[in-house]
Amino acid sequence: MGENAIRLGGKKQSIFLDKVKELLPDGGNLNLCLTCGACSSGCPATGLADMDPRKFLRMAVLGMDDEILKSDWIWMCTGCQRCIYVCPMKIDIPRLIYNARAAWPREERPKGILGSCDMALRNDSTSAMGASPEDFQFVVEDVLEEYREAQPEFSEMQAPIDKEGADFFLNQNSREPVTEPDEMVPLWKILHLADVNWTYGSKGWAGENYCMFLGDNTSWEQVTRTSAKQAQDLGCRFYLNTE
Amino acid sequence: MTFSVLEGLKKFNIEHNFEVKNIYEYYAKWIRDGRLKVNSDWNKDLKIKFTVQDPCQIIRKSYGDPMAEYLRFVVKSVVGEDNFIDMQPNRSNNYCCGGGGGFLQSGYKEERLAYGKLKDDQIKATGADYCIAGCHNCHAQIHELSEHYGGNYPVVHLWTLICLSLGVLGPNEREYLGDDLKEVDVFHPETAM
Repeated sequence: MGENAIRLGGKKQSIFLDKVKELLPDGGNLNLCLTCGACSSGCPATGLADMDPRKFLRMAVLGMDDEILKSDWIWMCTGCQRCIYVCPMKIDIPRLIYNARAAWPREERPKGILGSCDMALRNDSTSAMGASPEDFQFVVEDVLEEYREAQPEFSEMQAPIDKEGADFFLNQNSREPVTEPDEMVPLWKILHLADVNWTYGSKGWAGENYCMFLGDNTSWEQVTRTSAKQAQDLGCRFYLNTE
Repeated sequence: MTFSVLEGLKKFNIEHNFEVKNIYEYYAKWIRDGRLKVNSDWNKDLKIKFTVQDPCQIIRKSYGDPMAEYLRFVVKSVVGEDNFIDMQPNRSNNYCCGGGGGFLQSGYKEERLAYGKLKDDQIKATGADYCIAGCHNCHAQIHELSEHYGGNYPVVHLWTLICLSLGVLGPNEREYLGDDLKEVDVFHPETAM
């Protein structure tokens, strides 16, 4: 009877699986999946595009790379890592997803993410909305001036850009300076009232990174390096994220 | 952002002398140190209820439950302990809202809203009037979920409520507050645009 056992066509190597194994200590633990399904039962993306995390991992383990590459599901996984959190073997499925994204031809990846990443590469702002350092500086100064006058209790409020030796290098999501500048003000007020020594950077001020979402290592690195270098050059002790 | 910086610095071996921090921790510290004199009295009689989204990038993926506690300390300090209701599950075990990972920009809108149904249900189950989202992706996504699934609960940034509780929130800084809070303790109301 044993000779009639179903044989899985596992001759093919999974590029995703191998890549991820290289990255993980001791070859990782991807083969240790208990197929319990905890990942899938707690994943909000389960069922979208006829896929779920367990199925995705099983397909990778079975070397079904071609099928994986055809699935849009990798763009519906948010990389939230809840699957790792609940996994008894702590299997890093999001890293597999990341590598699958990176395996798509760059120009075929979703236009919205691609466009936002490319915007961030256009100038040193690293802004996914393409705002230049000059635009940013103009908006910040303009809004600051307006509020200092309109609300005299905040006439001494600061919103410095490139202040050397500030304790905190603060990044700013592009959404505020570009589309709703008044929304920058509450944070400035908090920092003013708490007497915090902070600064924005003229370079790398933007607090979003779509290049990581795009699965584009080179661009992700460029964005992170630009921002980190500015914080470093200004001698800031803390790189402060609001999100 | 927190995650992309923390992970990027490590992944690409980027030399740096600074520490990467999240502002929730500092909000909490500044409140504890008396540098931010927040007060929840504005909500003593209104009793408006709030729940909070634990952003995956900041909590589960970067700093874990201690950061979730800082976040709760801040929220309770500004809206009043009795006016805060946690979602279930929460903290590191919270569900993603569906706004992360580029989903908001990827073009799969129908799937994104289906993904977010779980979050919308979770928020509605708290019975809270507002959802606080201290992350732009979460804010944009949950805001859309609120409209799409008809809950129509306002979705607010944390800094808005901190300034409200400090009595310094002006009339033009209330974009995301609901009608019930548009007129409460307005700082320099004469500057309304």
